[in-house]
Amino acid sequence: MKTDFTEVQRSNPLMQMMEENLRKCVHCGFCLPSCPTYSVLGDERESPRGRIYLIKDMLESRDAPNTETVSHVDSCLSCLACVSACPSGVDYQHYIDYARSYIEDHHQRPWFERFLRSLIVYIITHARFFRFVLRMARFAKPLSRFFSSKIFSVINMVPAELKVEKITNTAKIFPAKGLKIKRVSLLMGCAQNVLRPSINEATIRLLTRMNMEVVVTEGVGCCGALNHHIGKDSIARDLAKTNIDAWLTEFDQRGIDNIIVNAAGCGTEIKDYAYMFKDDLEYNEKAKKISNLTKDISELLSEHQLPSVSLSNQPNIIYHDACSLMYGQGITREPREHLKAVGFELTEIPGRHFCCGSAGSYNLLQPAMAETLKDRRLTLIDKVSKSNRASILATGNIGCLMQLASGTGLQVVHTVELLDWATGGLKPPN
Amino acid sequence: MRMPIPDANIIAQRSEIIERLQQIVPRGEFGDSVIIDSAGLRAYECDGLSAYRQLPLIVVLPETTAQISRILTFCNEIGVKIVARGAGTSLSGGALPLADAVMLGLGKFNKILNIDYANRAVITQPGVTNLSISEAVSDADFYYAPDPSSQIVCSIGGNVAENSGGVHCLKYGLTTNNLLGLEMVLMNGDIIKLGGKYLGSEGYDLLGIISGSEGLLGVITEVTLRILKKPETARAMLIGFNNAALAGDCVATIIGSGIIPGGMEMMDKLAIEATEEFVHAGYPSNVETLLIVELDGPVVEVSDLIARVQNIANGLGSNYIRVSKNEAEREIFWAGRKAAFPAIGRITPDYYCVDGTIPRARLPEVLIKINEMSQKYKLRVANVFHAGDGNLHPLIMYDANELGELERAEEFGREILLLCVDVGGVLTGEHGVGVEKRDLMEKVFTEEDLKQQQRLKCAFDPNGLLNPGKVFPTLHRCAELGRVHVHHGETSFSDIPRF
Repeated sequence: MKTDFTEVQRSNPLMQMMEENLRKCVHCGFCLPSCPTYSVLGDERESPRGRIYLIKDMLESRDAPNTETVSHVDSCLSCLACVSACPSGVDYQHYIDYARSYIEDHHQRPWFERFLRSLIVYIITHARFFRFVLRMARFAKPLSRFFSSKIFSVINMVPAELKVEKITNTAKIFPAKGLKIKRVSLLMGCAQNVLRPSINEATIRLLTRMNMEVVVTEGVGCCGALNHHIGKDSIARDLAKTNIDAWLTEFDQRGIDNIIVNAAGCGTEIKDYAYMFKDDLEYNEKAKKISNLTKDISELLSEHQLPSVSLSNQPNIIYHDACSLMYGQGITREPREHLKAVGFELTEIPGRHFCCGSAGSYNLLQPAMAETLKDRRLTLIDKVSKSNRASILATGNIGCLMQLASGTGLQVVHTVELLDWATGGLKPPN
Repeated sequence: MRMPIPDANIIAQRSEIIERLQQIVPRGEFGDSVIIDSAGLRAYECDGLSAYRQLPLIVVLPETTAQISRILTFCNEIGVKIVARGAGTSLSGGALPLADAVMLGLGKFNKILNIDYANRAVITQPGVTNLSISEAVSDADFYYAPDPSSQIVCSIGGNVAENSGGVHCLKYGLTTNNLLGLEMVLMNGDIIKLGGKYLGSEGYDLLGIISGSEGLLGVITEVTLRILKKPETARAMLIGFNNAALAGDCVATIIGSGIIPGGMEMMDKLAIEATEEFVHAGYPSNVETLLIVELDGPVVEVSDLIARVQNIANGLGSNYIRVSKNEAEREIFWAGRKAAFPAIGRITPDYYCVDGTIPRARLPEVLIKINEMSQKYKLRVANVFHAGDGNLHPLIMYDANELGELERAEEFGREILLLCVDVGGVLTGEHGVGVEKRDLMEKVFTEEDLKQQQRLKCAFDPNGLLNPGKVFPTLHRCAELGRVHVHHGETSFSDIPRF
């Protein structure tokens, strides 16, 4: 596609990346049908091709971003379905990331929106505060109709019952049950550990039974994805640097074979650290090392034999691909193989795959679209669950898990909880 | 690209037009369906032929036929032009906006309305993608046969408007051969229905007229299509040759021996390389030209035909033959071909996809001449070709950021199309005339031919408001298309602008 960037713009490596991607885009539209928002709205502005074009116009005009363009960038889920669909190789992931950060730097949002965006991300990424807010919100639930729709959606996300966190995010070592074959550092995830600590517990039980030593590395915190996806790049980079330093210290002093992530959204982000710091002289090698060490839990499990199955009469399972796993990391085969290997009958969701609307903090910032996408996904899921009598829905990301659980009678769990359960662990909680 | 001069009078009335459109199509839950801000309009400034761009006056995204009828009635009354747009994938600029026209986006018409296996018919809204129709009936082992390479995204309404083909139209026909009925809105707001779930209809074959009418006659709001039972088996073969002439002979021999493959495609080396990088189909790297030949039908018949095609290919010195072993492999063979156009985007910033049709037998000489032109214009060209039906798609690679390259690419494309006509072919196979080939229409048709075609448009759209500036190189007012009076060698209305 023809571009019109100035020499000054071209001297910025990020702008160069943007222009390179624009030059690759041939405006064919093959991305349109993969896009969840386009499938709902049928509006070019709500499609990847349309957004690419709007962003191009924003950068070329060199004016402050207008609210229209901002709203269409905001409504993108960053599910990355379009990246797999693109025949000409446009790197939409980094294209839209930069557009978000450009908007953050060049556009003044109304104060309430600014406040809300910062607050939501702050809350989710600070476990103690998050827990406190969730407790408060439970009291506020009956009052939620008095609040604006966005606050309402936050309150509604609160689980009916709150579990007390069992594992804290400070350094801990969980020794291998038998002869140690590996030492891995587990990312606990910020929201995950508050909303559903059983995922980390199941992961630790399963891995230690598989003779791996699991450590929770001191100093590792939020991966930065939530901030990154709303354009707050500098915060995201700072969080990433903290994690990189903490993991490298662990690596250098005590040795780790892998960093294991069981929240796919975080995994995509950490695997992207290498890209994030590729032009940073101090951190590029370090970041590359961390990204290379990082694996989704399902990738790690594929390298080893799962423990023997102790469960019988496994229920039928429906598996929902988290976009961050499917598109962000290209992982679709592994979780299915593992579930089948431990005796679960697997049912596929019919039709094309679309995001469930969770997408990090998207369901809080864009509640109407998130709700529509959730309903669409659940309509398909409920249909198969009835015909195949499946009672459990499995997925690989806490965001999807919470999103889908809020609208279905099915039990929604993380894949690893089922693997743990079937091989001698605990039954996943409701 | 020269387009009709915008009507300043209409542009001056923009705010009243907006107000009226907003009344007809009110704001929805997710925002405005009448797009008026320049950023939003920008997203609609071009279709798949992005070399030509123009901001529309207004974009409106209606959701019902009644809304379209009211929009057209209103626009007809005050003389506002209408450009309809489906998925915006036209490669001939069929949905290029006009500065004084309302763009009618049909993206919200995205529902399949009725599936009727007993009558082998599907009724669908026009914004539904071609592939979605096959997907919707796939569980019952049915499919919709015409499959343009952009089938994943192109809309069925657009397919009717362009009379689209696809790799399988060699055996199963173009859109027009699979179209049973239409609902459309005329420019005066009338909603008409043509055909139905049955074959044939009384009176003139109006469906045939609407197929390929490129948005000049009406706005399609509902489409009834013939679906087919999937063949019992389908297998694809990759057949490689060291030169294009031999591949051309192979195609001619297969057809000449009475075999009608489901699809028969050809790609040259550049196209093979670019697509292989995207789909990893396992295309051979040591061939100059690759044929993909698909044979479908009962298992026994397909096995027999494969053996016959293999014999023909071997006899002509093919240096690579591979037959798909299963459905997944067959699909991956096609995946590369279907993504061939945009995959070229990996090796060049821009490309211009030419669409002409030639008699099959002339293929080798046409390819040689195209390669000569490639050297003359100093632009690379990759050739993708619906070999079975003679539809040629040279992809001219250029860089729009380099001064003059677009113009060189256009001139190159023009020469290819003229060559197609010279060897006895036609200007377009399936992408339509649009704005891209508009000015070449005079090379194929006489002035009287063109006038006669425009008289047909006048029957549907007497004020000439639907998609003007497309297809016909000269705009005629309907009134003057009556008897042509030549006086002292001068026709009347000599002041009619040409562009």
